[in-house]
Amino acid sequence: MSIDESTAARVAKLARIKVEPERLPALAVEFNTILGFIEQLSEVDVDGVEPMTSVTPQRLKRREDIVTDGSQQEAILTNAPDAREGFFAVPKVVE
Amino acid sequence: MLDLTYETPKIKTIAGAKHDWELVIGMEVHAQISSNAKLFSGASTTFGAEPNSNVAFVDAAMPGMLPVINEFCVEQAVRTGLGLKAAINLTSAFDRKNYFYPDLPQGYQISQLYHPIVGEGEVLVEMGPGPDLGKKRLVRIERIHMEQDAGKSIHDMDPNMSFVDLNRTGVALMEIVSRPDIRGPEEAAAYITKLRQILRYLGTCDGNMQNGNLRADVNVSICLPGQYEKYQETQDFSHLGTRCEIKNMNSMRFIQQAIEVEARRQIAIVEGGGEVDQETRLYDPDKGETRSMRSKEEAHDYRYFPDPDLLPLEIEQGWVDDIAASLPELPDAKKARFMADFGLTDYDASVLTAEVDTAAYFEAVAAGRDGKATANWVINELFGRLKKDDRDITESPVSPAQLGGIVDLIAKGDISGKIAKDLFEIIYTDGGDPAEVVEARGMKQVTDTGAIEAAVDEIIAANPAQVEKARENPKLAGWFVGQVMKATGGKANPKAVNEIVAGKLGL
Repeated sequence: MSIDESTAARVAKLARIKVEPERLPALAVEFNTILGFIEQLSEVDVDGVEPMTSVTPQRLKRREDIVTDGSQQEAILTNAPDAREGFFAVPKVVE
Repeated sequence: MLDLTYETPKIKTIAGAKHDWELVIGMEVHAQISSNAKLFSGASTTFGAEPNSNVAFVDAAMPGMLPVINEFCVEQAVRTGLGLKAAINLTSAFDRKNYFYPDLPQGYQISQLYHPIVGEGEVLVEMGPGPDLGKKRLVRIERIHMEQDAGKSIHDMDPNMSFVDLNRTGVALMEIVSRPDIRGPEEAAAYITKLRQILRYLGTCDGNMQNGNLRADVNVSICLPGQYEKYQETQDFSHLGTRCEIKNMNSMRFIQQAIEVEARRQIAIVEGGGEVDQETRLYDPDKGETRSMRSKEEAHDYRYFPDPDLLPLEIEQGWVDDIAASLPELPDAKKARFMADFGLTDYDASVLTAEVDTAAYFEAVAAGRDGKATANWVINELFGRLKKDDRDITESPVSPAQLGGIVDLIAKGDISGKIAKDLFEIIYTDGGDPAEVVEARGMKQVTDTGAIEAAVDEIIAANPAQVEKARENPKLAGWFVGQVMKATGGKANPKAVNEIVAGKLGL
């Protein structure tokens, strides 16, 4: 698999990361380097090998169904570029 | 193949310009899990709170925050799976579904694409009032997975800005995915009704569609008669038409309208020689049309991958068995029992088992009494009266014991059916013990023949002309019966009055 400039531009768009057109060739090269490494890993025969999800035997940590958090509207909105009447205010998004 | 021991509803066909077309429908129902806290945070799930007040830093996707799963939500998903007779997967896992939207601050939704917690199950869908009343269709469930809900964007508070409330962000949802086994708009509504009923019995989702706690994405395609059967034989989708997904609907009425409108749109395309594009659409109830959500299409590259923040979810068979042992009696079983034990009709049993609370009320009244008579009183009188006041069965001013008292008084012959309705109204409004009220207000039916005879004598003596007429035409005896009932305030036993009037008139 090889990443061209238009694919790199698409990935950037999906990630909402602004990439200037002149940066795209270099970005495509970086992607290809990463994918090349992944392709190398794909050569390993892992048939019948269970995926390892943890290096130590661990059980997914659970929480009880108790409300322990929230009621911090001000803190939640602190970093928002714009907030009004308790809401985040963002440029209009209408479907 | 399925064992069909019941009659299935007629498949909906829509006539195009050239052919009759059949509909094929599959649904993805998003049901909010009833829990106090969210799926991965300790923030509250309460509806209608101040904006952004039910938000933990995890929900707001602050850097470094990690999700920790709410075990009760897992239990609820398992309970739902068991209630739908589904396979429970002891190992499931979470994946990230990547997309950007202002009300999803993480930039991805945590979901279960590759390894859902619940596998294949089924829902026996029963048709409501209409030409297919009581007919049934088994709709197969493909899977149920858990995922996070998104927040809410409000677009009408400001001309240039959208306002975002994250209170709903991270609330636990179950996505219940059906196979394309639904064959018409009415069936689609019946499917949602049945699913909602089961969820409410299980207590895993409150089913409140208005608040968006139960909403559906509906997949619609059309096919020529015969094609669907080929699909069922082979499970090969190529026999069916291309489907479109109508997103996010939370009204039974709109779901039905949207299916019909969308099917007609597809028929027009195909008959016009075109091809249906597989896409996501929105239903606009004002215009009565579906339209493409093109923006969503472009972003539809979700780039799923396993969520590195969450280990696979391992649950133990013993825990699943404990949940199974705690399941309540479910609607199908309860209805069958009501029909068998209380001699109810299919329809009455359906009405009484629609809600757990109604069924419990009925059972409390019916214990040791005539089931059919009790059902009539609960359905006709009590439900009618409650509906008039817009009250729920749990808010009934008449307790099961009180209603049972009224049914007993009728059964004993102490009051007539007509008086019983007056008595019901008194109990409903003023309360009290029915037997005592009857005693205190002198509502008891007069079965004392002496008293009735006296009343009959009096009326015969006062109306010689009527007596003549009645002797010529015995049908007019009814007038005397009416007069006696009036004179006794409706308390005379009608059967006794009839007999005495006939005797005295020599009929």
